[in-house]
Amino acid sequence: MSETNEITLEFDSKSKNESFARMVVAAFVSSLDPTIEEIADIKTAVSEAVTNCIIHGYENEEGKITLKCKLDKNKLFIEIMDKGKGIENIKQAMEPLYTSKPELERSGMGFAFMEAFMDKLEVLSTPGAGTTILMEKEIQSAASKS
Amino acid sequence: MENNKEELKNGNEEQSNAIFEVTDHCLIIKLTSELDHHCALKIREKSDSLIAKGNIKNIIFDFKEANFMDSSGIGVIMGRYKKVIFTGGKVAVTNVNETVDRIFRISGLYKIIEKYETIKDAKKAL
Repeated sequence: MSETNEITLEFDSKSKNESFARMVVAAFVSSLDPTIEEIADIKTAVSEAVTNCIIHGYENEEGKITLKCKLDKNKLFIEIMDKGKGIENIKQAMEPLYTSKPELERSGMGFAFMEAFMDKLEVLSTPGAGTTILMEKEIQSAASKS
Repeated sequence: MENNKEELKNGNEEQSNAIFEVTDHCLIIKLTSELDHHCALKIREKSDSLIAKGNIKNIIFDFKEANFMDSSGIGVIMGRYKKVIFTGGKVAVTNVNETVDRIFRISGLYKIIEKYETIKDAKKAL
């Protein structure tokens, strides 16, 4: 039997869906019996990525956000995609404390948190077409049990 | 009266994100939901309207009921810090759990704000 499991979810670019998105991922990964800390890491990373889609990708206009999650053995793969305005300079966007929207009180810590809390982070973006965030995290507690 | 009506209306439409109290020139914001971008927008609006009345020196964010925060929370706390610092005010956080504490540590926010066990401790120290 295949050891993988996948979900795909599409939702409106609305701030009330941020908590929904991170709860979905937390529930999805629960079969690997992650620690409280691992769940917190994942929830934070998902929250940052979805918030970016809403504020930066769609700039608070209407749009759809796609969330894909996959479990492969003890690894969680997350893909969060928008079809918004894209990122001109990915390197600059990822610098800690850099924000293109200081007037919205953005701390510039979003990508830094995604990097700190996940094992891998990849940002794919085409200006005018959208951004896809790929993240990966090994669930240690699952690895030690198997 | 108009303000009261507005609050009631918001309260009915969606659960509120925090309880606001002002005592002894200190604004206490008791967070009642996870502090993310969605919640941060509301906290910012409500706290700034209270700060604008000119009666507030220090601010305490209480996390007893909030077990999650992301970088939007950092933004809202830093934003309020910038408002009170000019008048010699301080910002403190209380009842911070492990998860939220880690966000504060990684972001370096403890360089500008103080952490206390309880609201009472914070009020005494500020």
